[in-house]
Amino acid sequence: MSDVVVAGVGMHPWGKWGRNFVEYGIVAARAALADAGVDYRDVQFVSGADTVRNGYPGYVAGATFAQALGWTGARVASSYAACASGATALEVARAEILAGRCDVALVVGADTTPKGFLAPTAGERPDDPDWLRFRLLGATNPTYFALYARRRMALYGATERDFAEVRAKNARHGLENPNARYRKDFSVDDILASPMVADPLRLVEICATSDGGAAVVLTSADYAVKQGVARPVKVRAVSTVTPAFPQTVIEMPHFATDSGAAAGWRAGGGEVTAFKDSITLAAYEEAGLGPEDLSLAEVYDLSSALELDWYEHIGLCKAGEAERMLHDGDTTIGGRIPVNPSGGLACFGEAVPAQALAQVCEVTWQLRGQAGARQVDGATVGITANQGLFGHGSSVILSR
Amino acid sequence: MSDTAFEQDRRTPAIEGWFTTDAEPSLLGNRCTTCGTVFFPKASFFCRNPACNGAEFEETRLSRRGRIWSFTDAQYQPPPPYIPRAAEFAPFALAAVELSDEQMVVLGQIAEGYGVSDLHVGQEVELVIEDLYSDDDHDYVVYKWKPVADGSTA
Ligand SMILES: [Zn+2]
Repeated sequence: MSDVVVAGVGMHPWGKWGRNFVEYGIVAARAALADAGVDYRDVQFVSGADTVRNGYPGYVAGATFAQALGWTGARVASSYAACASGATALEVARAEILAGRCDVALVVGADTTPKGFLAPTAGERPDDPDWLRFRLLGATNPTYFALYARRRMALYGATERDFAEVRAKNARHGLENPNARYRKDFSVDDILASPMVADPLRLVEICATSDGGAAVVLTSADYAVKQGVARPVKVRAVSTVTPAFPQTVIEMPHFATDSGAAAGWRAGGGEVTAFKDSITLAAYEEAGLGPEDLSLAEVYDLSSALELDWYEHIGLCKAGEAERMLHDGDTTIGGRIPVNPSGGLACFGEAVPAQALAQVCEVTWQLRGQAGARQVDGATVGITANQGLFGHGSSVILSR
Repeated sequence: MSDTAFEQDRRTPAIEGWFTTDAEPSLLGNRCTTCGTVFFPKASFFCRNPACNGAEFEETRLSRRGRIWSFTDAQYQPPPPYIPRAAEFAPFALAAVELSDEQMVVLGQIAEGYGVSDLHVGQEVELVIEDLYSDDDHDYVVYKWKPVADGSTA
């Protein structure tokens, strides 16, 4: 199979700019095209990652970006996959190239987000669990993040200080990142003085919602050679797997897990793999690589504590060992396997359809040695991991 | 009309068919008659077991007691469609509770009068019915988890 490469990446800085998401997407797209040295008129496929909350999907589809950049007759697709929307849009574009239907694809995700908790759209919708969990339980997204955090404390003896140390590490990582929204050094004591939102998680430990845009130019390896693309980065794997039944970990926006007593359904039996583990397992399998090959990871720190869970889900350490990795400095820039050198969601906040692409942008810059003050020395392989609502998650593995 | 009848008329479930309101209330799930899998909230029309084409279900009461898998609280008022009980928001606790027979974890609010400092993972809780919010006509009730006074800890 011929390779697909990242030829260029670009972002519109994260923030609370209060402008139309299309502007962020176009800024990011033009930056990615310039980075790749690709003329927009050569793009044969535009793959958009949808935002839904502030518009309707038809309005925010790939076609919106294609029209804004100027109609050229390119084919378009639009993907909605919650937090994994960007990776799904990437996967659609990659499949087009692998199928030989095009050589150059542009993937764009951008969002404008409201203040405060992410909330379901208005109206009475008692058939929708995402609506009902607010009405019947008052269960917000931080409720679920806090359940995982408290569980870590009970199972592994994690402390509020451990969680604060994750946040402090990411604050240091993001200080010099020009695309990060929050570039402020936080001491552990500052973080522990932040107001409690969902015990044991505090305000600055919970991912904010942000405006932002990210874009990736994907091309066939042949095209990249022909066009003289500088430092192309190989796409080794894209995983967008769904959970396997029964899903026995409580997940947003659900009221309950599946019953673990359910009869096995696989021919020949066998345990199902927990969802977060399965997301990166599928990526490692496709890439023919493992956690030991990684130079860095960008993971979805929707909360400070959740980053520790990811160390284990992506196979950096065994269950219960994440706090030790953190304290040993393994996951800090300069350590064995830096995690979230970009500063992560802690420094960005979440611009949902752009976020999985922003992770790919960061890994690309790291592999090219262009990450400036946050550069991971000699990075050769990087992974992204994320998970959102409704059974969506993604992982992308890139290599030099 | 007696006070009791008035009381019963005024108190109404915030959602129909999810729980009973008798003296020993329980959650109402259902069981696929083909493969036996239990669902809560109830499955309808299709069974989610990938090996099963079942489309018929029988209602079943879930275990009234379980153990806390994890817990947290809400110290800020959630956005709509959450409806606060009073003008002044009062923080409340929530727990994800593991039911051993069903091997299922069910999220619910913790009963009034208990906060996170009263809770720990592994603690035994039981289902109660309490007020959720009110309007001019009704007090809407919902299931909550209440620490068991004589409960053992895992
Ligand atoms: Zn069934």
